[in-house]
Order: sequence, then structure tokens, then C-alpha cells
Amino acid sequence: MTESTPVIDLEGLEVTLGKRRILHGLTAKLTGRSIGLLGPNGAGKTTLLHTLLGFYPPSAGTARLLGHDIRSKGRDIRALMGYMPENDAFVAGLSGVRFVRLMAELSGLPPEQALERAHESLFYVGLGEARYRPVDSYSLGMKQLAKLAQALVHGPKVLFLDEPTNGLDPPARARMLHLIRDIRDAGQVRVILSSHLLRDVEECCEEVLVLKNGQIATYCNLEAERSANRSFLELELRAENGNEQSFRAALDGLGCEVAEGSRRRIKLVMPPGVEVRALYQAAVEHSVQIRHLDYRRDSLEDIFLKAMEG
Amino acid sequence: MAVFERNYRPYAGTLTPEKRRFLILPRYAYSDVFKSRLFAIFFALCFGVPVAGLLIIYLHHNLSALKFLGLTAEKLNEILPIDAQLFWRGMSLQSGLCFIITLFVGPALVAPDLRNNGLPLYLARPFSRTEYVLGKLCVLAILMSLVTWVPGLLLWGFQAYLEPNWATANLQIASALFFGSWIWILFLSLFALAISAWVKWKPVARIALFMMFFVGQAFGHAVRGILGLSFGKLFDASGASATVWASLFGVRPPDDHPLTLAWITMIGGCLVFLWLLKTRLRAYEVVR
Repeated sequence: MTESTPVIDLEGLEVTLGKRRILHGLTAKLTGRSIGLLGPNGAGKTTLLHTLLGFYPPSAGTARLLGHDIRSKGRDIRALMGYMPENDAFVAGLSGVRFVRLMAELSGLPPEQALERAHESLFYVGLGEARYRPVDSYSLGMKQLAKLAQALVHGPKVLFLDEPTNGLDPPARARMLHLIRDIRDAGQVRVILSSHLLRDVEECCEEVLVLKNGQIATYCNLEAERSANRSFLELELRAENGNEQSFRAALDGLGCEVAEGSRRRIKLVMPPGVEVRALYQAAVEHSVQIRHLDYRRDSLEDIFLKAMEG
Repeated sequence: MAVFERNYRPYAGTLTPEKRRFLILPRYAYSDVFKSRLFAIFFALCFGVPVAGLLIIYLHHNLSALKFLGLTAEKLNEILPIDAQLFWRGMSLQSGLCFIITLFVGPALVAPDLRNNGLPLYLARPFSRTEYVLGKLCVLAILMSLVTWVPGLLLWGFQAYLEPNWATANLQIASALFFGSWIWILFLSLFALAISAWVKWKPVARIALFMMFFVGQAFGHAVRGILGLSFGKLFDASGASATVWASLFGVRPPDDHPLTLAWITMIGGCLVFLWLLKTRLRAYEVVR
């Protein structure tokens, strides 16, 4: 495994559960420090994670995680990763620290180190004071943090987070996202974040794979988008209906890619060589007032909506 | 990830051997099981029969103690000989206690993990379903071993030590103690795990375990009594185990349970329970 080895390498991956095909020949190479799996409910995000974890066998194709094939190296893969499941998941009857310690020991840590790291990881996620309480008695937010602690305790190389902010109130959500960014920025672990919440993915991920109906709807390198897409503009207009239409036609004529916005707002991508001055000229010619002009990048929301429309 | 630093730190230390990791589960389970004083007292009482056996063997070889009790070695041999029958009776008593241990410990092994979605947490690690079942099975198997074949073989060894020629003539007792106990241990453990996995709720699993054992026995007797069909005995696990042990010890079985049917009950039961566990123990259930 080298630095350039993709974190996730999907090669025509298909998964069929029962008689239903859930994933349809996914092919992609993802290399970022933090990768988002985005899509509406039922898009196949969790199934993809579970397949990478070895819970479901692929019906065709394969996938590699850090160069390890899921068909033949399932155990090796699971030794490299930490998994935070979507649903409530814990071992009943154990205190927080014993629960996390058990998970560390199952990952191969000797008992003493497991105990030490269980304390550390619970402090790290902010459950230090509650670590001797039974996990059963934790609130939903605390259980989410305990799940994160157990996923981290053995020092994985890849961290799978399945809807980590599910059911959290705003402060708890902010804290969870802060932790995920902190883990990502430490640079020791690759984060795979599965979510249907655009903001979560946008705040934490560099690369995004958008899934729709078990297929890849689009792939987006958010880092590249953030740095490169400078010619994306948002305009707020005031005009008669007919004028607005003719103004749009004029923009098309200039070679701009125009997308519908809300409340007299339009979004457009300027082609190379066209100046903003040309927009104002077109506005004057079509009796349209440009009330507001803003440079902005293509947000994940735009990318997601485009993918869903497609 | 030191507490004072509060940042993420990977683990670069040594790892434990993979093949022994299933033994982590019994260690954690025992610390919970022995929190119950009731169970701790009961488990201590389970050693009553082996201690009694020890006293009997000791009496057989201590003339002054016999004299003190007004007995002779011949008379004691006549009343309570140290033979296959004695070990078989001891084992039958201990097997009943094993069932109570299973009732106490078994339902709590798998049901809470399934109820609280704990299984994905285990199986997302380098830890397989087989190791999970093996680990949970060991919880019961170690406890039951401690009250069946372990003390049984110690007593056999003690007797063999005190009477050197006795061991060679009674090797069958040692093998019967070992294999007979393991058949029963495996049957009960797998039965408890399967019920626990299917019912998912500890109290209900306990009731189901109790009911199914005795209902099976009653059903077997009813089929036999009403329809006169011997296959009804297939459902009588305790009768089957008694017959199997009797054949292993070379003593007369307590009833007319056909030996073949008894073996089918024990081995077939284990296979059915394994299949039930295989279908139930998955990280996530697939809705077809």
C-alpha cells in the first residue's frame, strides 16, 4: 500500500439482497482524506459501507479498501477500520469504559492498553465524566459519542461513519462535526462519512460520491471545486417577466451556463473570456436591473440537486 | 490520544494473537455473571456432589475413618461401590445442575447483543461470526465443564491414585465422563444460544428455554403414549442424554429409550441449533 493507493476502489460493484439489486455496478476511485457518501434515503450508502465491511457479499465486481480486496481480505480490512453504525448499537450491561475496552480488545489490543485507550478515547469524544455510567443509561447524543469512541479506540486507518449526526440537537451536532474535522485534520485516519445531510458532508469532506438508486449519480472533488470554480455567479434581478426571459437568452448567447435560482435569483457559470461588464451591458439592453451580484462557488447543494435532476 | 492532549493518536503497539480473541467474551461474561450473589452461591453448591464423591473415595481407602463410622471396607463396597454406576449417578445429578446454570447464564449471552444491535460492532472488527459463537459457547462450556467432567476426572484420578489397578480396569469411566459431559455441554450451550438468538429478549428466552426443554420431553412422552410411536423420544433430550451416558458408562439405561434415537436427538439437536444460529447471527438482517 502506497500513498497513492485509493482509499476506496470500486470496480463494477454490485450487491443483491434477496431478489433486489441494491448497488448497480459502482465504479470509482476515491483518494481523499475525507470522503462523503451522499444521497437520499435508500440510495445505497449504507449498503455500500456494509459491503466494504464484509457484511454483505458482492454479487458481481469487487471493491478494494486501501488496496485490500473485500472478497479475499475481509479480515485484514476490518483490522484497519473503525465503524460507527447508523442505529443505536451498544453492548448492554457494560459501563462506557468497559464497552469501549471490550471493543478495543476484540480489535487485538492487550487488556492494559485497551483500558488505557478506552479512557483516552472517551475523554477525547467528551464522555470522560460519564465513562463509568452504563451505556444503556446514556442519552442519544452520548450514545453517538460512545459509538465514535469505540470506532476510534484501536487507532484505525479508515473510519466509517454512518449518519453520525442522526438525532443530535444542534450543539451536539456541531460538536460531532468538530470531532470529525479534528480527526480528519490529524491526518492519521481517512474518514468515510455517509450522510443524507448536505451540510455535514460539505463541512467535513474533500471528496463526495453522490449515490442515487444504487448508482453513482455524480462524483465531486469539493476541494478542487472550492479552489477552481471562481466564475460562478449569483445574480438577483428586477425585471418584467418578458425582459427577464430575453436577458436569460442573452446570457445564453454569451455562452453562460444558467441555472434557475429562487426568487428572481439566477446562478450562472461564466465562460472563459467573458467579463462581468458584458452582463451589465446585456442587462441594460434588456431593461433588467441587476440588484445584487455575488461570486460564489458551486455549493454541494447545487451539485447534489443537479445530480438528482439528472 | 492521551487524555491531557485530547487529540487523535493511532495505535502502534502489539496485538494479541487472533486465535485466542474469542476468549475475551467469556472473561467479560463471567465478571457480569458472578456479580449475582445468588448465582455465585448456586455455583459453589454445584461442587457438593464432587465433594461427596471425594469423601466416599476417601472413606473407601481410610480404615480408621471406616472404623470410626462402624463400617468395614467390604460392607462399604457392598453399599456404595466405586464403579461406573456411581460415576454415572454423579454425572446425572451434575447434568441437572448444568441445566440450571444454562437457564441462568444462557439467555443473557446473545439476546442483549441482538436487541441492542451490538452484533455489527463485534463483526466490524477482525472477529468472525464463528469466533463470536465460540466465545459465547465457551461461557457456558467452561462453567459446565467445571461441574461435570473436570471434577469427574479428578475423582477418577484420585481413585486411580489410591488403587493403582483400578484405573486400567475402569478406563471406560474416564472416557464416558469426558465425552458424555461434552455431548451434554454442547447440546445445552447450543440450545441456549439458539433460543437466546431467536427470542432476543432475556426473560422470554429464559422462559422459552425452560418450556421448550420440558415441553419437548412431554411431547415425546405423549407421542409415545398415545400413538405408540417411538420417534416421539426424539424430542426428549434429557431421556436421550441419560441413554447415551448409560451406553458410554456401560450401565443399564434408566428407561427403554432406543440408543440410536438418543444419538440422533443429541447430534441432530446440535446441528439444528447451529443452523438456527447461522441464520440468526448476522450483522444486519436482510429483508427479502
